[in-house]
Amino acid sequence: MASGSRALAALILLLVAAPLGAVAWRAEGLSLSAADLAALRFTLMQAALSALISCALAVPLARALARRRFAGRGVLITLLGAPFLLPVIVAIMGLLAIFGRAGLVNIALQPLGLPEVSIYGLQGVLIAHVFLNLPLATRMVLQGWQAIPAERLRLAESLGFAPADLARHLEGPMLREVLPGALATVFAICLTSFAVALTLGGGPRATTLELAIYQAIRFDFDLSHAAGLALTQTAFGGIAALLAWRLTSPAGFGAGLDRPWPVVAPGGWRLGLDGALILLATAFLLLPMLAIAATGLPGLADLPASVWAATGRSLSVALLSTAATLTLALTLALARHPPPWLGLAAVLPLATSSLALGTGLFLLLQPLVAPGRLALPVTVLVNALMTLPFAYRLLLPEARALEADYGRLADSLGLSGLSRLRLLILPRLARPLGFSAGLSAALSMGDLGVIALFAGEREATLPLLIQRLTAAYRIETAASASLLLVAISFALFWACDAGGRRAAA
Amino acid sequence: MKAPLIATGLLALSALAAKAEGPVLTVLTYDSFTSEWGPGPGVEKAFEEACACDLRFVAAGDGAALLARVQLEGAASEADVVLGLDTNLTAKAAATGLFAPHGQPAATALPVAYDDPLFLPYDWGWFAFVYDKTKMPNPPASFEELAASGAKVVIQDPRSSTPGLGLLMWVKAAYGERAAAIWTELADNIVTVTPGWSEAYGMFLAGEADMVLSYTTSPAYHRIAEQDDSKDWAQFSEGHYLQVEVTGILAATDQPELAKQFLAFTQSPAFQALIPETNWMYPASATTLPEGFEDRRPEKSLLLTADEAEAARGPALEEWQAALAR
Repeated sequence: MASGSRALAALILLLVAAPLGAVAWRAEGLSLSAADLAALRFTLMQAALSALISCALAVPLARALARRRFAGRGVLITLLGAPFLLPVIVAIMGLLAIFGRAGLVNIALQPLGLPEVSIYGLQGVLIAHVFLNLPLATRMVLQGWQAIPAERLRLAESLGFAPADLARHLEGPMLREVLPGALATVFAICLTSFAVALTLGGGPRATTLELAIYQAIRFDFDLSHAAGLALTQTAFGGIAALLAWRLTSPAGFGAGLDRPWPVVAPGGWRLGLDGALILLATAFLLLPMLAIAATGLPGLADLPASVWAATGRSLSVALLSTAATLTLALTLALARHPPPWLGLAAVLPLATSSLALGTGLFLLLQPLVAPGRLALPVTVLVNALMTLPFAYRLLLPEARALEADYGRLADSLGLSGLSRLRLLILPRLARPLGFSAGLSAALSMGDLGVIALFAGEREATLPLLIQRLTAAYRIETAASASLLLVAISFALFWACDAGGRRAAA
Repeated sequence: MKAPLIATGLLALSALAAKAEGPVLTVLTYDSFTSEWGPGPGVEKAFEEACACDLRFVAAGDGAALLARVQLEGAASEADVVLGLDTNLTAKAAATGLFAPHGQPAATALPVAYDDPLFLPYDWGWFAFVYDKTKMPNPPASFEELAASGAKVVIQDPRSSTPGLGLLMWVKAAYGERAAAIWTELADNIVTVTPGWSEAYGMFLAGEADMVLSYTTSPAYHRIAEQDDSKDWAQFSEGHYLQVEVTGILAATDQPELAKQFLAFTQSPAFQALIPETNWMYPASATTLPEGFEDRRPEKSLLLTADEAEAARGPALEEWQAALAR
């Protein structure tokens, strides 16, 4: 197992490094310019702020969701995950319907005689990144909470722990285990921000490295510059991943008996605060989703027939990439005594420019076979690579706990190979596996990734078809097709997530 | 159960084999040209009827990605013809040395003289700011009026989009040395800058801006396809910059004669008649325009030569960034 996981991690690093290397090799070097420094500064600043705000909000929100019981709680938790699955441009239009110049907020402010609030600027970039990533961060922290064995909470209750004691002895160690990874993941996602930063940033003030890579490849055809920028971007993702690895410490709660969680929720102002948090987060995360649904619904019946073929293609891409992602992530997460670069392999793909990655793959593959013929296989590969970090991050804490709690027992019973997987690993990891599968499948449905670079004439996936609709002025039909995409992504996510939770229960 | 499947497979194979008998012409173009709403399907059908060959489109993202793709592939490209570069990119394309002369007479229906040995126009359009007549009764009539007004516009980034680059050239062609000052005055009118045309147009339709950088032919789409007469374009007294989209033959083609035949075909009525209502641009050679396609034309056309555009791009981009970054 150990050598296998190392070999896999090395393969993943190679898959990230080789395309970037190919771009650099073709360009015979790397270069950076003074203007790139400004782009780098803005990129790092917005990514760091987005990660900090998303995680700072995720902690109290996840705690409120973990310790309160109310009707519809399970559905709400699933629904709150939805924004993370949105294609970026769909998310932007949803946010504009609420916070834009013609959005709900400004419509509500106008009769009150209050000045218009503008979403365009750094605030808009942060709002969008928090909207997209708060769901992921919340789910990561919530999983941490749910992984605390019920026995520890009962013990805390019988010892008369006040909230502060609970925070120090249980929540603190749990957060030390979960938060660094969540921060690094959101940071890496926002490092590659392009459409959000530009569209909501309000112009060239909000120039990110990814935009500079676009310019370098598409207009300047300056591959050395593109390679320099892409490596810089990936390197900062790598630094974040290593920092997270250094800061993570296992919570070490030990095994429990999987009893149902006692509800040890303090009342008083804390109850009010939790309620307000859940309400506000629900409004923030779900109102733009409702706006997306409202725009797309009217045209849903008149979608062109080609939508269904594209949907079929997207579904098969999503399912294949999910299978690949889960296999990779599980192998990596189960590695014993992993070296730090193993975790690196599982974060780097996130921080890599998909345009640079696609260009590099194109350079590598083009001498061998016509790129148009590889559109779907390459999309599966890149999607698997890009969703691996999420799956790995979600599986890792529970895989570690599994090994610590049951590893020796399983060893002494001689439980190994497939039977260990079937009897121990899959049942114990069903919850994070289901969540990871749902996330991977949904993200692979929506990800445009590299297909635009490789696509031939008839191989459109659903996101590419949506792009074609908007390019042909069919904005309303595109909105309906987007709604279809979001609905299918969400259904995939829900089915896997609920399946995992049911198997774990 | 299996027998019909196998039979279908064999049929499909024999259909492929039949198709592969004639020569194959591969045309590299932008994605929206080949989509079912673009000219691609009609062009393929009409040309294949005439050439006894197989016309294949390879899509490469958008217009700006095309030239990058040509350069990435170099002489090893399987493409014979590149369709969809615009005149702001042709100098760069010519400098790659990858294109061969097309040997065709100049296109006849352009508003300016354009004759290039390597690149043959197949359609063109005027950039313009499009607005909603019902919401904006008196649109600005020049860049200066726009800058002085409170109107909010959404534009595209010249670093990632060809219309964005076109606007940069428009202001440069109209104002020369004063372009930087115009951009500074325009800064507070610009709601935001989007990566590409469709994001900007979608935001305009959603009411995020009063005007959007698009084409004089955009209102025609709403008129003809949606029976919606509420959109119009604002006539600017400085004149309107042109986007001329061209086709070129790759020097490394193994089908030089077929490629020339295709370029001649792009000027024929069969090709040109498809353009107005699929690409929503003007045809490059005389053909009857569909009912309602235009009600008036800009009074003046602006176009920098390919070399002027290439020389202006770098400095103009710096001016633009400096003016809007404040």
